Amino acid sequence: MERRIVYMDYNATTPLHPLVRDAMAADLGVFANASSMHEAGRAAKARVDAARAEVAKLAGVPNPDELVFTSGGSESNNTVFATMFHLGRKGGRRKIVTTAIEHPCVINAASWLRDEGFPVVFLPVDASGRVDMEAAEREIDGDTLLVSVMSANNEIGTVEDIPALCRMAKAKGALFHTDATQSAGKVPVEAAAWGVDYLTLSAHKIYGPKGVGALYVRKGAPIEPLIRGGHQEHGHRAGTYNNIGILGFGLAARLALEDLEGRAARIRVMRNRLRDGIVERVPDVRVNGHATEVLPNTLNVSFPGAEGEAILLYLDLEGVQVSTGSACASGSLEPSHVLLATGVGPELAHGSIRFSLGSLTTNEDIDYVLEVLPPIIKRLRRMSTVSVA
Amino acid sequence: MDAMQWLYSDIVLDHFKNPRNVFDPDEQFAYDAEGTVGNVKCGDQMMFMLRIGDDDVIRDVRWRTYGCASAIASTSMLSEVTKGLHIREAYNLKPEDIATRLGGLPDNKIHCSVLGDKALRAAIDAWLEKTGRAGLYRNEGATVICTCLNITDRDIETAVREGARNWEQLQERTKIGTVCGGCKVKGEALLHEYVHIFGEE
Repeated sequence: MERRIVYMDYNATTPLHPLVRDAMAADLGVFANASSMHEAGRAAKARVDAARAEVAKLAGVPNPDELVFTSGGSESNNTVFATMFHLGRKGGRRKIVTTAIEHPCVINAASWLRDEGFPVVFLPVDASGRVDMEAAEREIDGDTLLVSVMSANNEIGTVEDIPALCRMAKAKGALFHTDATQSAGKVPVEAAAWGVDYLTLSAHKIYGPKGVGALYVRKGAPIEPLIRGGHQEHGHRAGTYNNIGILGFGLAARLALEDLEGRAARIRVMRNRLRDGIVERVPDVRVNGHATEVLPNTLNVSFPGAEGEAILLYLDLEGVQVSTGSACASGSLEPSHVLLATGVGPELAHGSIRFSLGSLTTNEDIDYVLEVLPPIIKRLRRMSTVSVA
Repeated sequence: MDAMQWLYSDIVLDHFKNPRNVFDPDEQFAYDAEGTVGNVKCGDQMMFMLRIGDDDVIRDVRWRTYGCASAIASTSMLSEVTKGLHIREAYNLKPEDIATRLGGLPDNKIHCSVLGDKALRAAIDAWLEKTGRAGLYRNEGATVICTCLNITDRDIETAVREGARNWEQLQERTKIGTVCGGCKVKGEALLHEYVHIFGEE
């Protein structure tokens, strides 16, 4: 098969949807400050609010005013944790309950609160990456200020039971946050129906632009600005509106909801074919994550005896773009914290590859990966000190 | 592929794509000494196999690795350099020499390139032991870490290879830092590095 470029790293980021790109390009000349009172400013603000309505639908929120535009998922998550810092300093509840498999921005924000003296618990997960519900029951108590659990994991794609965890938090009077960055556009997101207080979204994971995201803040839930300044976003997030980014986000959100189920089903079929093909053609592999409660586009596989960064770079030479949980690719000595939390040994975590598919993935892409991957694993295993059956 | 777009130098890319002297399980390579360092749990492990003449000159070499692109490329380069060297010269090859020959490695990848020369030294040590000269080159090219007791980086390396895993165990074996204690920061950094390389059994 002829060499081709196969992008399979959609959980890292997605290309702009062509319609989003066109709409943004068409608006590049629109410069008015959406906070200005004159006609041009009002027109710009109207477009921001139209985008807000689209993003609200994506989040499953009836009232768009409950959405705050931010610079992305990391800012949204940090805003929630900074709010907890201000609340906890005033006395009363201070305990933070999150999980061992969160995105680094949540792990690091929670670790910051721990360093500031807040009690912080990282809930364990089972072998499939699902939160240990018994541990959650035990840890979420009358002292708990916030429970933060991601809707779906970025590395292994495991989908968490957010409604059940949210009910647990509510029963104890705790606030609940979910990082839905990876779920949005892949599976339904229902912030209002789930009953969460805060929900994080990012545009660039749903074929929108980088540098824009949103935080849903349920009406009445406490919120402290991370960025102080003007009156934008009801004072929750200062800074001149990123009009063009927000416009792109709004359109991307609308497109993400169009035929969400159909697109997910099409991608799931290809993902399953890739998974089954790898299992069939490469001996001794381990598929990580949950068998059914998993994002339709994500496949995480460990290849014992082969190191992840080497696999990634040999695949890259063939034009296949993926990511790995190997320590070597991160510049640290620790492999993926997510895989380690699921009980996968460091040997398997170092040899893990994440394939994340998206709207441009084709059946030919799957065929191509199934052709080039097995010889790479075979070659690395032959030169490896680790013998594999 | 445009080399400018590659993470590593042209030479690294070439050695990664076409590793030299890599062990082939079908080849039945006969060797006189073998050394293995590293730990798969830490993400890298390296094995060197040497065929050595009676004159102590390295005739041929094979290696295997569980490791990343830097580990593969730097070991491939090291294996080319090693062939034809007297074991004493080979013993004193430095990872920096290999990195230079590779056209440089990214800073966070230097670590990945140090396993090759450690495995090579382990293989030479095995050969020296086999020929009744155990520890012959141990203190060559060593850097003194503990100036009070004249303890070198090689002494720390040896202690870790013999089982020391923390500062107290290292002190038991070497007495490092038991006089003025001024070498503790440097000594602990080396200890950490060697424990990573020689792993936990």
